[in-house]
Amino acid sequence: MADYLLSMMTFFPLLGILILLFLPRDNGGLLKGFTLAVSLITFAISLPLAFDNVFTTSGGMHYREFYQWINIGDFFQMNYNIGIDGISLWLVMLTTFITPITILSTWNAVEKNIKGFMVMLLLLETGMLGAFISLDLFLFYVFWELMLIPMYFLIGIWGGKNRIYAAVKFFIYTAVGSLLMLVAIIFVYYYAQQSGTITNGFGIQELYKLDLPYNAQFWLFLAFGFSFAIKVPMFPLHTWLPDAHTEAPTAGSVILAAVLLKMGTYGYVRFAMPLFPDALPTFIPFLAFLSVVGIIYGSLVAMMQEDIKKLVAYSSVAHLGFVMLGVFALNLQGLAGGMIQMVNHGISTGALFLIVGFLYERRHTRLITEFGGIATKMPIFATIFMIILFSSIGLPGTNGFVGEFLALMGAFQGGLRWYAVFATTGVILAAIYMLWVYQRVMFGKVTNPKNENLEDLSVREIIIMLPLLLFVFWIGIYPNTFFSKMNPAMEQMLIQMGANPVAVVEMHQPAAVEHAVDHAETQTEHK
Amino acid sequence: MENLVQEAIQNVNFQAIMPSLVLCVFGMVILMVSVFSKRGSTTHVAWLSIVALVVTGFVALTGWNNPQAGFAGSVLFDNFATFFSMICIIAAALTILMSDDYLKREGYPVSEYYPLILFTTAGAMWMASGTDLMTIFLGLEVLSVSLYVLAGFFRNQVRSNEAGLKYFFLGAFSTGFLLYGVALLYGVTGTTKLEGIAAYVRANPESAMNTMFIAGGALLLIGFLFKVAAAPFHMWTPDVYQGAPTPITAFMSAGPKAAAFAALMRVSIVGLDGLQSELTSMFWILAVLTMTVGNFIALSQKDLKRMLAYSSISHAGYAMVGLVAWNEIGHSAILFYMLVYTFMNMGAFAVLVLIGKKGENNLTLEGIAGLGYKKPVLGIVLTIFLFSLMGLPPTAGFTAKFYIFAGAIEAGYIWLAVLGVLNSAVSLYYYLRVMVQMYFKDPEEDFAWVSINTPVAISIVISVVGVLYLGIFPNSLMNLAKLAGF
Repeated sequence: MADYLLSMMTFFPLLGILILLFLPRDNGGLLKGFTLAVSLITFAISLPLAFDNVFTTSGGMHYREFYQWINIGDFFQMNYNIGIDGISLWLVMLTTFITPITILSTWNAVEKNIKGFMVMLLLLETGMLGAFISLDLFLFYVFWELMLIPMYFLIGIWGGKNRIYAAVKFFIYTAVGSLLMLVAIIFVYYYAQQSGTITNGFGIQELYKLDLPYNAQFWLFLAFGFSFAIKVPMFPLHTWLPDAHTEAPTAGSVILAAVLLKMGTYGYVRFAMPLFPDALPTFIPFLAFLSVVGIIYGSLVAMMQEDIKKLVAYSSVAHLGFVMLGVFALNLQGLAGGMIQMVNHGISTGALFLIVGFLYERRHTRLITEFGGIATKMPIFATIFMIILFSSIGLPGTNGFVGEFLALMGAFQGGLRWYAVFATTGVILAAIYMLWVYQRVMFGKVTNPKNENLEDLSVREIIIMLPLLLFVFWIGIYPNTFFSKMNPAMEQMLIQMGANPVAVVEMHQPAAVEHAVDHAETQTEHK
Repeated sequence: MENLVQEAIQNVNFQAIMPSLVLCVFGMVILMVSVFSKRGSTTHVAWLSIVALVVTGFVALTGWNNPQAGFAGSVLFDNFATFFSMICIIAAALTILMSDDYLKREGYPVSEYYPLILFTTAGAMWMASGTDLMTIFLGLEVLSVSLYVLAGFFRNQVRSNEAGLKYFFLGAFSTGFLLYGVALLYGVTGTTKLEGIAAYVRANPESAMNTMFIAGGALLLIGFLFKVAAAPFHMWTPDVYQGAPTPITAFMSAGPKAAAFAALMRVSIVGLDGLQSELTSMFWILAVLTMTVGNFIALSQKDLKRMLAYSSISHAGYAMVGLVAWNEIGHSAILFYMLVYTFMNMGAFAVLVLIGKKGENNLTLEGIAGLGYKKPVLGIVLTIFLFSLMGLPPTAGFTAKFYIFAGAIEAGYIWLAVLGVLNSAVSLYYYLRVMVQMYFKDPEEDFAWVSINTPVAISIVISVVGVLYLGIFPNSLMNLAKLAGF
């Protein structure tokens, strides 16, 4: 059973789709209930991963599955090569965790073509999980592209007024990047084949050992990095994101923010940076600069938005800037901050989109000026909104603080000092735009008569938010649950990126650090 | 004299042309059957033609790993020919399956239609197996003449007439070029056999730079490039594809195109081997030109058949990338690509056949608004075909494009691959527009006239299965393509 856990988890939603197709089209309750059950079972399948202590001791790949998939002799060979380590662990968990929540959140929001909607959500889940666990570049590419299709339809069919524009823009932006990555993937393969030392030119673990000349690494990093930068999205490639977020239905926005954007950051950590470490010093100043610009620009633009959803979308650009900055710091704090911030962003921005969705379902508008004084009418909503807001700003005690603090500290220590200084203004700006929007929406007197009779959150809506709140505090107060499983993998990854994980002095796991130091030394000797 | 006859008889090996022979005999029998059939009843003729194709398919498969040379070395039915023959047979069978109801709807239930398709296929098989320029020419003519008739088959429709006439005139020109090329090559080398031409050039390397030789090779290739619909010889394609009966359009874009590619490949790789560096640079330019022209003009098309015509031009460009690569991977990739293209493109056309009204004036972008809601199954399958045409996983279009670009990159043509994928990115837009209409727009019509009949359903199912199977488990057929390539 454990041998096939990852496959079962990844393809269970696909199995669900097959059954879903044969369920009656007009029985909405059944369709929703069934899909929810499928996603919950998927979550249950993935749950043992979170409790497996193997991740705390070893940073390698676990739950490996390896089968030959395509074998055309000396032409090319692809494998079904999957596995999970501390870096992908929490992203996988985030995916299986957030999917049932989004399904629950669509309970009343989606009316037309429920079946299609549910099929798309499940297909998306398979695509996302597959991309996180692929250890074969070709397989990764297949899953990576597979995610495009359901998201395109989610935005295009169930989206807002301007949905067609947003859907096509989303699709073309992301596809252009990934097509260039495809060329790079094939190039790496043939380079590895011709070097003669590597037998499996698509397997990333073998490719980590490949010694590419700087010139090739430069171009390959550019191709991979471009593709991932679109997905993150990094300034100035972010323009598809506000459109996609604004037009997508709530469920689409939540998944887009919570998981899909992580594909880009994950891609940097797993593929672009460790595969082409020699090119990193060339690109990091540039990428870090773009991250900081993204943070400040995203915050400033968010401040001026009149549409709450657009505001959250631009705040995403800023938050992911923190993630990228932490990752580019190339030390354990930075990477840990970046990684945990990926999860945080999934939780808090996902929750923010849900909150916007609650308001929208009640009032069918998202304009800030339409609201005011809601707090008196919806006290539970106000409380939850407040907590999530603090988490998004990064108040100590919430998850956002841990991530942003570590990412900034990592950047500060890791040679990106001035970048970190400027990025910190983003924290202040976040407080400004978040608190300001909260003030305008929630406080004051009810000026708009339409807001007089707003109902507070229903039980279902509270159930949706509770697990998210749990993790807001869990990660905020005791992040070590998560770090302890990430650290060994992150240390290995940093060594692979050519960075020195020793820079981490006061991290939580001295034993693991020692181990990593030994490992690093043997690696240098080896070279 | 007697010796000569004896030798000639010994050299004849009917096994080498057995598949096309079988098909031609069937074609003639079916012609006779249709003469004695009641006017307007064509269904049994259609099914008889399917039987003919299935039998031919089995006969053709005997050529696998069992190369048969015949007619003093002017025919070689090898793996390569088998693979391409199978593509043409599949294309013909899918065409016939989607034709019967269509012909009745459009008011031309004429049974000669089916034997003509069979003869086209026979011609295509000669093209794929010819190793002598004359045999290839013979195949090309058999194929073309039947296609001219089929393109103009709706004799009272102006558009169909235009298609037939245009195809005929331009086709005749291109055949002229081709023959001129053959004559010049013969003048230089004294033979029309591909091997002989190559041997002559090997023995006299300076002759490869002979103006007459280069001019001959160029003229010859123009003939094939015309059939492939490569830019700048593509001008006929949109009008002919739009005007011809839809199943014939589908057929032309798959079967005859594959045959033309087969001939182009064999002539370039076997016969004009001496011109490799010149040919690859020429194909480089043509490939980029063809995909770019096809994709960019397709962007502005509103008529679906016309859009797919331009898309078919661009796909010829992608396939040609395999010729630029000029390595084993690239050559095998073309075979795989043509097979995949047959499934995805003919599948898309089969859906168009179903949703067209009489006269097919509704086959425009606006005409299919909301199709995905009114006819969900058709919507889903058309979506799958479009994703495959875009080259997105997990469809066969992706694995085929991967194969092609892998060949190019292995041979070091990175920029060509980059231009290729950027072209794919452009193509996303017009394929997406179809989906936008199908799913993102509200239906304006109820599509009540769409009735799904069994034969078309079979052809669609075969295409969908082909597209998905070759997309997810391409292993076996990629390996076959490898064995069939040069």
